[in-house]
Parts: sequence; structure tokens; C-alpha cells
Amino acid sequence: MFLALRDLRHARGRFALMITVVALITFLVAFLAALTAGLGRASTSAVTELPVDRLAFAPPAEGASPTFTESEVTPHQQEAWADVPGVGAAEPLGVATVRASGESTAAVTAFGVRPGSGLVPGTGDGGADVSAGTVVLSRGAADALGADVGDQVGAGPLDLTVAAVADAEADFAHTPVVWVSLDDWQAVGARGDAAAGDAQDGPTATVVALRFGDDPPTADALAATDAELGTVTATPREARSAISSFTAENLSLTLMQVFLLAISALVVGAFFTVWTIQRAGDVAVLRALGASTRYLLRDAIGQAGVVLGVGVGLGTALAAGAGLLAARVMPVVVDVSTTLVPAVVLVALGGLGAVLAVTRVARVDPHAALAAR
Amino acid sequence: MDLTLDRIRLAYPDGDGVLVAVDDVTLTVPSGTTTALLGPSGAGKSSLLAVAGAPLDAPDDAAGAPRAARGPRRRARRAADRAAALRRERIGIVFQQPQLVASLTVLEQLELMSHLRGRPAASRRAHALALLDAVGVADRADRRPEHLSGGQRQRVAIARALMNDPQVLLVDEPTSALDHERGVQVVELVVRLARELDAAALLVTHDEATLDPVAARVHLADGRLVEAPAAV
Ligand SMILES: Nc1ncnc2c1ncn2[C@@H]1O[C@H](COP(=O)(O)OP(=O)(O)OP(=O)(O)O)[C@@H](O)[C@H]1O
Ligand SMILES: [Mg+2]
Repeated sequence: MFLALRDLRHARGRFALMITVVALITFLVAFLAALTAGLGRASTSAVTELPVDRLAFAPPAEGASPTFTESEVTPHQQEAWADVPGVGAAEPLGVATVRASGESTAAVTAFGVRPGSGLVPGTGDGGADVSAGTVVLSRGAADALGADVGDQVGAGPLDLTVAAVADAEADFAHTPVVWVSLDDWQAVGARGDAAAGDAQDGPTATVVALRFGDDPPTADALAATDAELGTVTATPREARSAISSFTAENLSLTLMQVFLLAISALVVGAFFTVWTIQRAGDVAVLRALGASTRYLLRDAIGQAGVVLGVGVGLGTALAAGAGLLAARVMPVVVDVSTTLVPAVVLVALGGLGAVLAVTRVARVDPHAALAAR
Repeated sequence: MDLTLDRIRLAYPDGDGVLVAVDDVTLTVPSGTTTALLGPSGAGKSSLLAVAGAPLDAPDDAAGAPRAARGPRRRARRAADRAAALRRERIGIVFQQPQLVASLTVLEQLELMSHLRGRPAASRRAHALALLDAVGVADRADRRPEHLSGGQRQRVAIARALMNDPQVLLVDEPTSALDHERGVQVVELVVRLARELDAAALLVTHDEATLDPVAARVHLADGRLVEAPAAV
């Protein structure tokens, strides 16, 4: 790194420019990753943010992958889950998308829960819970319906009073979520037996939300109960793929991220290739004076490492900061996959570009290279 | 160590055919002595020096590299690394152009030579300063090449070639940018150091007037050694 560091010091302006470019590309990649992740979350956040450990689905046919649209659990299944050792709470949860109208009309997803279930955000901190004839709106739903506490909101055949606006974003399949009591939910959302009125006593819901106790059941115990009851349990994260809009979008969003990463990696890789070729004259001199290939590689990688390290570091920090700010007004997610992953990929490919270029340069005959200088 | 060049032939690709720059040159420079290589422009002097300085079939021990090369590309790289090791450990080269590194100061140009051999760059600073003093640029030690005159650059390049106490010294027109007095001094320095280091020095020049201290002379014309000086 003898020459690499002195180069950096000597050509400060040029390296500042390179670092800026690398930082901007990193910013772009990391911020767009945060945006796509945010978009992904807009179709799933109400599920992934549920304060539960597992969701038990009841698929219509054995072996079918669970979906929120088709799943339907019976009271028997819900009670059986509650009795499983290690399961602290097994709450029925109804999920259905309905047209709702306040000042304006919008599609919302109604989550039907029992009072005291703890599934409505904020209830733990003394926020309003559901009760018969009332509805709790998420912030998004309040905006979409133009409704506030005390207003009347129509949902299907029901007229509900807004009991509270929860201080939380909750979205399901790109619709804002409202919480109603499970009894009311039967009228707006239930399908099949419950809707037809010939169910056994008690309500029917879409899934059972399981909260584990201090001593959670083993994977084997879960699988055994699943087999016995004809249910399929999934973590809230796994349950994302039971949301039809998520499975449809996820591929496109993932592809977007992959392409973006690939393109910017190529750009950064090519950038360092060109830069190293620019240094070919100096490299030829070192070679003619007797530098080994390994010496040249260490020098080039060291230099690329400094530029990439500082540039990517700055860009990542910038994107994380901007992401956290933007998260207030749009769907943005800042986590490891939107910061560290792009950073590592960019550093790796930039370094690879420098290595490829310098091995090329090291191969040329120093005599010919010097003659051209 | 003697420098022996045995039936050297070097051809450059030239359009459809080849241009023979050096043709069947056999030459020995005994250790401790200096031989002047004279000849008109384009005679092949620099080309001959390049061959002497880049022995592509350098022996294995030079680089200490294991002989595990697989595949032609690997083998070529190993050969190039062996040649580089030989240049770094045993050969001092002054190119026709000074070929200094733009981002290094004069002192660092010399310290780089220690660093290339895996030593701390500053490990032979006193030696470097003594060499710079000997070629008369010690007062420019912390300048970069862009702030030097052409002659000063050339002298730095000479000091750099001497930095690792070479056993073979290849010097291409060291006096072309110097006044007569400096030219004579530089030639004397090369002759003296070759003697002190017991090195074989091959010195290319146009300028016979500076060659008083040099006993042995060979003449090159059109790539071949010729007996008498070419008629001018
Ligand atoms: N890399 C190269 N590729 C092709 N031809 C070359 C190359 N280098 C030199 N030549 C040719 O080889 C011949 C000898 O060149 P060389 O540089 O060895 O001459 P020289 O004796 O050093 O001349 P000068 O005194 O002008 O430096 C010239 O005809 C030149 O055009
Ligand atoms: Mg020449």
C-alpha cells in the first residue's frame, strides 16, 4: 500500500470525486432497496406486526398451501390449540376485505378479534379495544375513510361507531386495516357455515393466532397438533405468502432489487477497472522495477478498498438516514437487507473490478508499456 | 556477477512481417567493469537493454517460487514474477525516460525500492540520501517529479537504480539531459559504483565525449554489433 496511499494523498480531489460517485450509487441502491422493502411491507405489515408467534391456518384441502382467502378455522380447532402445552393464548382472528364508507368510501381489511385479545395495536398501553358495534381504525383507514373518533362508518350491512384511531400503520394487501369485534366480523366478512348461520355454537374465524408461553412447544409438537387438527401453522413472516397480493408482487420486487444490485455492481466494478487501467503507467513502472504480481494486487486492492470503504460507508449511512426520515411519509424499510447487503455486494464487486484490471496490467510486458509512456 | 548476452535476437511484430531490432548479439560485461554501448538512433540499443533486464527464463531460485505452475497462463505469470524478482534483487535499470512515479517524492522513489523487496520503506533512508547526494539532488528530496528539471529527474532515476546494490546495472542514455560536466560526473559515478559493487554495468549513450572513464566500448548498428564505429 506504499504507493496506493501516497496516490490517494497526492490526487485528493480525484479520489474525493470517486468516493462521491461510489457514495451516490450506494445511496441509490440502498434507498431503492428500502423503498421496495417498504412496498412489500404495505401488503403485509398487518400480519407481520401481529404480536403473535404462529398463525394456524385451516386450508380447504389437505396439502394445499394456506391462504387467507380460503382458510377457515372452527371453534373446535381454536379451543384445541389453546389446550396445547406451551401455547399461552389461541385467539381466533377473522380477516376479510370489505367496502367501507365514512366521509368517503374505500376498501379496507376488517380484522375480527375478540375483546381483550390483545391483537388490536395499542390495547396493551390502554388504547381502545374492540367492542360490539364499534370499530378501531388504523391511521391509514382513518385517512382513507375521512373518519375520526365518534364518526359512523358503514361496513357491509353494519353501521359502526369509531371507538379509536390506533396509532399504528397496519396494511393488508395494500388496504388499510380496521379492527371489529369477532361477532360483528361474522356479518361483514364470514363465509361459508358461519355466514349461513348453521355453524356450531361460537364464531368462526380465518386463522387462530397463537401466542406461546414461557415454555414454547417444540417444532415436533406443533407438527403433531397440526396433523391432528388439520391445520397448518406458520410464523407471521411465513404467513406473508398466504396473502395473495404479496405472492404476486414479491417476485417483481425481488427481481427489481436483484437487477438494481447487479447493475450498480457492474457500474462500480467497471469504474474500478477503468481507474486501475488509468494507473497502468505507474503499474508498469513498478513491474519494471521488480514488483511481484502479489505486490501489485495488494496495492490495487488496498486503494480500491479505501475508496470503496469510505464511499460505500458514506452512501449507506446517508441512505439509512434518509430512509428513517422518509419512513414518516412513505412505505420505507431500513434494515440489514437494505443497508448491509447492498454495501457488501458493492464492495465485493468494486474490488473484483480492480483485481481483474490489475492482473491484466501486470501481464503486459513492462518494456512495451514503458515505451508508450 | 558477469553479464553475458548470448546470441540475442529480438523481433517486434511489424505489420504483416517482423522488425528485427536486435540480431545475433553476443556480449559479455565482466563484473566490476563498465561497457559503453554506442550506436545511432534506432540501432536497437534500448531493445538490447530491455532483453538484458527482463530475462523471461529466469531461474527458479530467483523468485523462490514453487514449481507448481499449471496451465500456460499460470506458467507465464510465474515466469514474469521470476523475472520481476530478478530485477528487484539483482538488476538496477535506468530507463531512457526517467519513469518516475508522479505521486512519490524524490526520496520516496528510492524508498519504494526497499518496499518492493518487502523491507520497511524507510529502512535504508540514510543510504537513499547518500545516493541522492552523490547525484546532486539531495536538496530536492521532498519534491515530486513535476517540480524537477529533466536532468534532475534523470539523476533521481540513476539513484533509484543503485538503491538495491545491483549486481547488474543497465543504464540507458543517462547523460542526454545533462550538461557536459554533469554528464561526465554521472558516467564516472556509474563506473565507480560498478567497481565498488562488483557489478557489471552496460551504459548506453550517444555522447562519446563523456566516455573518458569507460574503457570497453561496443557499437551497435541495425541491431548488429559492428567492429569499428559506424562512419559518420
Ligand atoms: N515496442 C516496439 N514495438 C515495435 N518496434 C519497436 C519497439 N520498440 C522499438 N522498436 C523498433 O526497434 C528499433 C530499435 O529501437 P530501440 O528503441 O532499441 O533503438 P535505440 O537504439 O534505443 O534508439 P534511440 O537511440 O533513439 O533510443 C527501432 O526501429 C524501433 O522503431
Ligand atoms: Mg533508446
